Amino acid sequence: MVFQNLNFQINDGDFISLIGPNGSGKTTLVKMIMGLEKKSSGDLTVDHKQTIGYVPQFRNIDIDYPLNIEQFVRLNLKFTLSPKRRQSDNQLIERILEKTGLTALKNRPLGLASGGEKQKAYLAQALLNDPKVLILDESTASLDVEVKMQLMDLVAELNQNENLTVIFITHDYELTKKYTHRALFFRDHELQEVDVKDVSEDMFEMGG
Amino acid sequence: MFEYEFMREAFIASTFIAITAGLVGVFVVSRNMSFLSHTLSEIGFAGASFGILVGISPLAGMIIFTLISSVAVGSLSSESSRREASISAISSLFIGLGILFLSLSSESSSYATNILFGSIVGISSKEVNQLMILALFVIFVFIIFYKPLSFDSFDHIGARAAGLKTRLLSVAFLVTLALSVSIGAQIVGSLLVFVLLTLPGATAKYLVHSVPKLIMVSVGLSLAGVWLGLYLAFVTNWPVTFFISAFEVIAYFLGLSYKNWKLNH
Repeated sequence: MVFQNLNFQINDGDFISLIGPNGSGKTTLVKMIMGLEKKSSGDLTVDHKQTIGYVPQFRNIDIDYPLNIEQFVRLNLKFTLSPKRRQSDNQLIERILEKTGLTALKNRPLGLASGGEKQKAYLAQALLNDPKVLILDESTASLDVEVKMQLMDLVAELNQNENLTVIFITHDYELTKKYTHRALFFRDHELQEVDVKDVSEDMFEMGG
Repeated sequence: MFEYEFMREAFIASTFIAITAGLVGVFVVSRNMSFLSHTLSEIGFAGASFGILVGISPLAGMIIFTLISSVAVGSLSSESSRREASISAISSLFIGLGILFLSLSSESSSYATNILFGSIVGISSKEVNQLMILALFVIFVFIIFYKPLSFDSFDHIGARAAGLKTRLLSVAFLVTLALSVSIGAQIVGSLLVFVLLTLPGATAKYLVHSVPKLIMVSVGLSLAGVWLGLYLAFVTNWPVTFFISAFEVIAYFLGLSYKNWKLNH
């Protein structure tokens, strides 16, 4: 995969969208940022490499998936035998569930949760290790408009209140306009930064 | 019935088998590896008959064959459809090999029946000790890898996103699976060991919603199955495997009905 003209900087507290048709390299760039994919040339510096929370696009959660929402979020906890650490882990879980509006739903099996609840659970799990950067990979695709807005409101709140940097991969014109502050537009492995004001609907149409 | 030494040995051995199979089974089910564990037991059959042919113990032959093939499977194409096809091709070959090895060796056909369908009388106290050591090893590996293995098994994509070494976990899991197949085959036989490795774990899924509880229920069902099976086999003189599989299948369908009932209420 080759990127040309790739020159940009993402700052602390940015809310940035990666837009462009399928196969234009959005996910590849994100994987490079996370260190999951190698690059052949060029410089890529990531400051907070250890604390990126990534919410992937696809998950294999079917109707018989056994874990409830709280237990699913807990998967991202580290192993510990210390009672003190256990207690602080429990408090952390409570806090994250509260923050993502999942407290009342924590005993619901994830397989039976709605699309929006699932996305919130994925988000909660990614937030567990207190990331400085949150990457959302098409997290709003296939959600109802109302649920989409709810999820994005939540993310926007985290971005505002906790200075969380958000990288939002999306095919959604409205959400890009409404929530993000900057946009990186991908086409044929070329990348240009566009002002969110200048993002137009046809940037989402090709192959999207 | 405990006045008979072979029954005492059989109870001890099957208790350890049930604990490992119930534990490993939770992860077999969540990793969608029921089919692979079935294939591994067929490969185990070939290994056991190979052991008889060359004059090592069937258990040792089984462990060698299942270990090598589980690691080989781990490095197979990760594309799941291709993996399924490769696995089923390999499994037919090994059934054939198992039959060939047995016919080349001078052992009687009752030996083959024992390997395939299990037996409660064939276990010596030396073999019981070997089983216990293997079972304890499997449990030990699970304690060490418990957290990351749970993450990877119940949310593979999330575990990768969080930077876990999922490849290493996969190999570690396959090794314990190979050992569990070899251990379990000693009582229930290599053709039905996958009953213990899949059904209790699958049943637990319908009943409880956290990893520790899944393990407890799965181990419980697996223990109940082998204990009841041994008792009934002793009383009726019918094969133990029949009772174990009947118990686990009934428990599975009861669990499934319970879940459906709960969904509608």
